[in-house]
Amino acid sequence: MCYCAGLLAGSRKLCYVEPAVRCSSVGFESFDQSPKIDQKLDKKEENVISANNIALEINKKRKQPRRQPKEWRCLDSCCWIIGYLCTTWWLLLFLYHCLPITLLQVPELPGVRLKREGLTALHPVVLVPGIVTGGLELWEGRPCADGLFRKRLWGGSFTEIFKRYLKPLCWSEHLSLHNETGLDPPGIRVRAVRGLVAADYFAPGYFVWAVLIQNLAKIGYEGKNLHVVAYDWRLSFQNTEIRDHALSRLKSKIELMYITNGYKKVVVVPHSMGVIYFLHFLKWVETPPPMGGGGGPGWCAKHIKAIMNIGPAYLGVPKAVSSIFSAEGKDVAYIRAMAPGILDSEILGLQTLEHVMRVSRTWDSIVSLLPKGGETIWGNMDRSPEGGHVCDFSKKRLSQPSPSDNNVNNSDVKRGFRVKDPVKYGRIISFGKAASVLHSSQLPTFDSKEFSRTNALQNLKFSCGEAWTEYDEMSRESIQKVAANKAYTTRTLFDLLRFVAPKMMQRAEAHFSHGIADNLDDPKYSHYKYWSNPLEMKLPDAPDMEIYCLYGVGIPTERSYVYRLSPISRCKSIPYQIDSSVHGEDDSCLKGGVYFADGDDSVPVLSAGFMCAKGWRGRTRFNPSGIATYIREYRHKPPASLLEGRGIESGAHVDIMGNVALIKDILRIAAGATGKEIGGDRIHSDILRMSERINILL
Amino acid sequence: MSLLRRRKPINESDKASEASDLKPQIEKEEDQQEDDNGNDKNKKKIPPRIKKKHVEKPPKWSCLDTCCWFIGCICVSWWLLLFLYNAMPASFPQYVTEAITGPLPDPPGVKLKKEGLRVKHPVFFVPGIVTGGLELWEGRKCAEGLFRKRLWGGTFGEVYKRPLCWVEHMSLDNETGLDPCGIRVRPVSGLVAADYFAPGYFVWAVLIANLARIGYEEKTMYMAAYDWRLSFQNTEVRDQTLSRIKSNIELMVATNGGKKAVVVPHSMGVLYFLHFMKWVEAPAPMGGGGGPDWCSKHIKAVVNIGGPFLGVPKAIAGLFSAEARDIAVARAIAPGFLDNDIFHLQTLQHVMRMSRTWDSTMSMIPKGGDTIWGGLDWSPEEGYSCSKKGERKNDTLIADPGTESAVSQASSANYGRIISFGKDVAEASSSDVERIDFRGAVKGNSAANTTCRDVWTEYHDMGFAGIKAVAEYKTYTAESIVDLLHFVAPKMMARGTAHFSYGIADNLDDPKYKHFKYWSNPLETTLPNAPEMEIFSLYGVGLPTERAYVYKLSHAAECYIPFQIDTSADDEDTCLKDGVYSMDGDETVPVLSAGFMCAKGWRGKTRFNPSGIRTYIREYSHSPPANLLEGRGTLSGAHVDIMGNFALIEDVVRVAAGASGEELGGDQVFSNIFNWSKKINLQL
Repeated sequence: MCYCAGLLAGSRKLCYVEPAVRCSSVGFESFDQSPKIDQKLDKKEENVISANNIALEINKKRKQPRRQPKEWRCLDSCCWIIGYLCTTWWLLLFLYHCLPITLLQVPELPGVRLKREGLTALHPVVLVPGIVTGGLELWEGRPCADGLFRKRLWGGSFTEIFKRYLKPLCWSEHLSLHNETGLDPPGIRVRAVRGLVAADYFAPGYFVWAVLIQNLAKIGYEGKNLHVVAYDWRLSFQNTEIRDHALSRLKSKIELMYITNGYKKVVVVPHSMGVIYFLHFLKWVETPPPMGGGGGPGWCAKHIKAIMNIGPAYLGVPKAVSSIFSAEGKDVAYIRAMAPGILDSEILGLQTLEHVMRVSRTWDSIVSLLPKGGETIWGNMDRSPEGGHVCDFSKKRLSQPSPSDNNVNNSDVKRGFRVKDPVKYGRIISFGKAASVLHSSQLPTFDSKEFSRTNALQNLKFSCGEAWTEYDEMSRESIQKVAANKAYTTRTLFDLLRFVAPKMMQRAEAHFSHGIADNLDDPKYSHYKYWSNPLEMKLPDAPDMEIYCLYGVGIPTERSYVYRLSPISRCKSIPYQIDSSVHGEDDSCLKGGVYFADGDDSVPVLSAGFMCAKGWRGRTRFNPSGIATYIREYRHKPPASLLEGRGIESGAHVDIMGNVALIKDILRIAAGATGKEIGGDRIHSDILRMSERINILL
Repeated sequence: MSLLRRRKPINESDKASEASDLKPQIEKEEDQQEDDNGNDKNKKKIPPRIKKKHVEKPPKWSCLDTCCWFIGCICVSWWLLLFLYNAMPASFPQYVTEAITGPLPDPPGVKLKKEGLRVKHPVFFVPGIVTGGLELWEGRKCAEGLFRKRLWGGTFGEVYKRPLCWVEHMSLDNETGLDPCGIRVRPVSGLVAADYFAPGYFVWAVLIANLARIGYEEKTMYMAAYDWRLSFQNTEVRDQTLSRIKSNIELMVATNGGKKAVVVPHSMGVLYFLHFMKWVEAPAPMGGGGGPDWCSKHIKAVVNIGGPFLGVPKAIAGLFSAEARDIAVARAIAPGFLDNDIFHLQTLQHVMRMSRTWDSTMSMIPKGGDTIWGGLDWSPEEGYSCSKKGERKNDTLIADPGTESAVSQASSANYGRIISFGKDVAEASSSDVERIDFRGAVKGNSAANTTCRDVWTEYHDMGFAGIKAVAEYKTYTAESIVDLLHFVAPKMMARGTAHFSYGIADNLDDPKYKHFKYWSNPLETTLPNAPEMEIFSLYGVGLPTERAYVYKLSHAAECYIPFQIDTSADDEDTCLKDGVYSMDGDETVPVLSAGFMCAKGWRGKTRFNPSGIRTYIREYSHSPPANLLEGRGTLSGAHVDIMGNFALIEDVVRVAAGASGEELGGDQVFSNIFNWSKKINLQL
C-alpha cells in the first residue's frame, strides 16, 4: 500500500518518491531499530522543513515522558508525504498562474514584426496537413468502443488508448481499414476531424500547424480566409473523394474563399504527404467529372497563386520502405539495439511490431510515399546521385568541435578526404553489411520470377496469438530466398514488396504509380493513379502560378537499410529486421544499420528538392507552361536551450513549422509577395549537383 | 491561505535547524555523505537522518503534519476513486440506471435503424442565440495567451479569471454593431461549435449522435455556425457566413446525389434561416444571387425547433432592464446581492452594457404589434388558466384545452400589457389607467455620471425626468414597447431598426420589402416559391413561460438601472408570480410565437406563403425527468432540453431519412394554439 501510494503520487507529480518510508511494520514504535525516514521530496525547501519538523517533534518528545499512544504508522507517513507534495505542487501552480505573462520573455512572433512592416491578410490560405498529423475520430464502432462516439482515436492526448488499455486490440481494430477495398471495414466508421483543430496540435503541446496559424492570425487571418483541409490520411487519395467527398469539398472551399475574399487567388501550404495529395488535387480538379472534379482546364490558373510545399515528399521517402517491409524505422532499430528484449519479447506477448504492421499495411496512403522514379532517380547498384556525400553527422554526435560544423554539407567541405568508396545509396535494402558495400558483380543476380509463393506453414499461425501478418503465409524457404538476393534497388524493391505484401500492393497499385513516364501524352496517363507522381503527370497550365519547395537540411535522414533475418522463433511473424549492430567507421554514413543522407529527418534532400531544382525548372515536359519554381532551404539548428522548446530555427520535418524564417516566407507570400521578392532560391545543400547527376529526359 | 501555510514552516525550520545542531556530530557527517552520494539530479535533498539511541516516545503530530496527512489521505482516496472510475467499463452507469429504473428505451437512432432507416438527405443545423461557441482571434493586452480559446461556451473559465477583460472582448462596437478596434472574436466552426454548450450540457450532441446511428457523418451533416451577436446581414458583411452556408448546401446536395437538404434551426436560428432563405434568392449586391428557385431546388424541409417566429417577451425584459425571471427570483431571494454597492459588482449594468451592443437580441423583440400580442384589453390567450398550477394542486382538475371555465375568464390576466408599472395597473381595466405620453418627454441631464465609474448605460443620459415619464405611461403593449425602447436606448435601436423590423406588412409587393431588414420578420416577407418544401414547427408545451411583466422604479440611486421587475407582485389566479405573467410555452418561447405562423399565418396558400408550402405543428408535452439519473430527461419540453426529447429526435431523424410531414402523422397539438390563432385578426 505504502509503495503503491508512493507510486501514485510519483506518477502524478512527475517526480518519484523513493520507496519512501521503510515500512518496517512497527514504524516508530520500536526505536531500537533506528527507524529511518529516507525521503526524497521534490522541493528542497519544503523537504528540509518537513524533515526538520519531525526531528523537532522527536527532540521534544525525548524530554517528555511517554504520553500518547498515537502511532506514526507507514500509511500515515505516506499520506503525510503526499500531502506535502500536493501542497507544494498547488503552491507552485498558484504562483505560476499569478505570474504575469510578461515575466517569461517570449520572443516576438514573426507575425507581429511583419504586421508592423505593414503586411496584412491578402490571399486566402489553405493548409494541407500530411500523413499521421491529422486527427481521426470515431463515428461508428464495435461494442468495445462504446462511449467513444466523436472522440479522437488518433491525435489529441491519445487518452482513449490508455483508457482502453485492457483492449489495445480494439483500438488497432478501429484504425485498420478493410484489407481488400482499402475502405471502411463493415460496422466501423472512423473519420477525419474537421476544422483548424484537426491538425493544429498533434498531441497537447506538440504543435504542427498552430504556430503558423497564430502568426497568420497576427496579420489578420481568420476563419473566412484560412482553411485546413481535413482528409483521412489513411486512404488512398482518390478514395478520400469516393468515401468522404474530400476533394470536392476542397474545390468548393477554394472557390468560395476566392469569391468571398474579393477574387484573390489562394495560397496553398501543403506539408509532407499533403504535397502529393495536393498534386493529385491539381490534376483531379481539371479532369472532367466521372473521374475528376470538372473544374475545366483553367481552374488552377484562376484560383491558385502559389503552392508552398513544406518538406515535400515528391519522390517518396525510403522510410516508407522499411515501415512496409518490417514495420520499423531508425528509431525502432535503436530501441532494439539498446534493449534487445523488449520489442521481441514473447513473454509479454506484446507483438507490438506485428500489430503495427498489420494495421499500417491496410493504409493505402503509405504506398504513395514509396520512392518514385526507380533507379534513374534513386540510383542503381553502384551509383547514386548523392554518391560522394560526406557524413559528418557522427562527428557531431561525438561532440568533437569541428570548425566546419556549420557548413558540413557545403560542397567546399569535401576537401581532400573524400570517402574513397562512395556509399552505395542505391541499394535501398541489402542483407548484411557486405552486400551493401560489395561491387555489384560480386552479388547474386536478381530474378523476380524466383519468388513463387509456396503454401504457408499453417501450423505457425495458430500458436502466434492474434497478430497476423502476411508473412505467416510465406514459407521459410521463400523467406530465405528473399534474403539470398542480397541487395535491392528501387527497381527490384517493388518486386520484393509485391512478394512480401501482395494484398497491400495489389490494392495500392491501383491507386499509385511509381515510374517515370516516357511519353506524357499517352492517354493512359489520364488515369488517376498517375496524378500523385510528379514524374508521370504534367503540371496544370497556369503560367502565373508559383511552386515553392521549402525544407530543412542538415539532419541525417534515412536513405537505405541493412537488413538481416530475425532469429528464428515460432511466433516471430516478421522474419526481417534492421541489423542495428552494423556500424561504419567514424565518418561513415552507416549507423545502426541505416545509411544516412542529408535531409530533414524524414525526407532526403533529393526527394524534396529535385522537382523544384530540375524536374520543373523552366519549361520542361513535366511543366509545359513554365510555372516558376523556387527552392528555400532552412539549415537545421538545434534549440539552444530547453526554454526554446522545439526551436525556432529547426529544420526537422515537423518542427520546421515553427521555424521563424519559414513562417516569414509564407506570411510574405500570403500577403502578396512573389518568389523574386522574397529572394528567389536559397540553397545550402548539394541539391543542384545531385540533380545534375540524374539523367532524366526533360 | 497558502501563504500562511508557507510562512509557518519557515519559522519552524529555524528552530529545527537549531535543534539539529544538538544532534551528534556523526549524524551530520552521515548527512553530508548522504547528500553527496544521493543523486542530486532532480534537486532532491535527503532530509537529515534521525537516529535514536534511547527508547523514545512516538512523535507528536503538529497541526501542520495533520494538515498534510489529511490532504494526503484525500488525494490518495481521490486518485483511487479516479482510477476505479477509469477502470470501470463504459457501460456501467447505464447498467446501474437500468437496475434502478428498469430497462431504458432504445435511443431513437437505434430504434429507427432497426426499422431500416438509412441516411438520405443531408442535414444542416442552425444553432440559436447564446448556444454557439465564440473564440478569440485577436485581442487586447489583457487577453494574451487566449488565442483561439473559447470566450463563450465551454467552461467559461475566463469570466471568472478576468471579468472586465472578458466583457470588453465580448462587446461589439456601439455604433456599427461590428468588431471594436483591435478585437476579433469569431464563431467556432464545425460540429463542435454547438454540440455542447458547457461540458455536460448538451445542445445538439444528442441529435447528432442519433443521426450518426443511421449513418450520418460529417459529409452529410453541417453546423451552420455564425456569430450570434451580430445582426443577420452583418454576419455576411463581416464573415461571409451566409455565402458559406449557401456554398455548403450546394456542395452537399451535389455530392449526395442531388438529395435536397433538411434544415434544422433552433431558437433564433429559425429567424436566421428565414433571413437566409430570402437572402439567397435576392439578387447579388444585397443577396446571394441564387435565383428565384434556389430554395425549391435545394431544400426539402425546414424543421424549426422552438422557433420564436414572432419574438419573445423575454427579449424585452432583457433589453429594458437586463433581467428575466431567473434574475428577478434571485433578487427576491437575496435582495442585497445583485444590487450590492459594497462589492462594486454592478453585474447587471455590465451585462446590460454588453448585451445592448449585440444587435441580434433585437431580432427577438415581439413582432406584429397589438394585432398579434394583444392590446390593452385583449390578448389572444385570454382566458388561459394556469393549468399547470391546477394540475399540481389537484390531480382531478385537468385543464381541458377546449373549454375555459367562467372563473378563469373573470380573473384573466391582460397579457397584452407586456410591461405595466405596478400590479394594480396591470389588472385595472383600460379606462381606469391614466397614461401620460412619454414620447415627447424631455430627457433631463442627470447629475454627472462620473460616480458610476466605467459602467455606462444609456440610462444615464435619460435623467430623472425621462425615467419618470416612462413610468407615467403606466402600461405598454407590443406596439408601444418598440417606442419605449427607442426612448430608453436610442443608440441601440438606431442600429437595430436598420437591420430589423417589427411590423406587419399591408402590401407585400411594396418594393420597400426587398430590403434585408424585413427578411427575418415572417409577417413582412413572403416565403420562397417552393411548393414541395415543408415547414415544421416543433416546440415544447406545458411549461410556464414569461409573457408580461410588472415593473417598478428601483429606488433612486445614481448607478442603477432605474427599472426592475416587481418581484413582490403575486397573484394566484392570473398566473402572476414574482412580477411575471406566465403563459403556456417551452419556458422561453410562448406557444403563440412558436406556433402561430404554422398554425395560421402560413397554413394553406396565404399572402405570406404564396406557393402554399405545407406546414406542420408538432408539439411535445413537457414531463420532467423522473429521477436524477435521467439527467435532463428524454421527455422534456424545455427550450434547450427539448433537443434531447426522444419523440422530437425521432421526428427529425425520420424527416432526414426521407419521410414527409404526412408520414410523421401531421399535426400533433396539445396546446390551445388553433383557438388562439383564430382570435388573431390578421389579413391573410
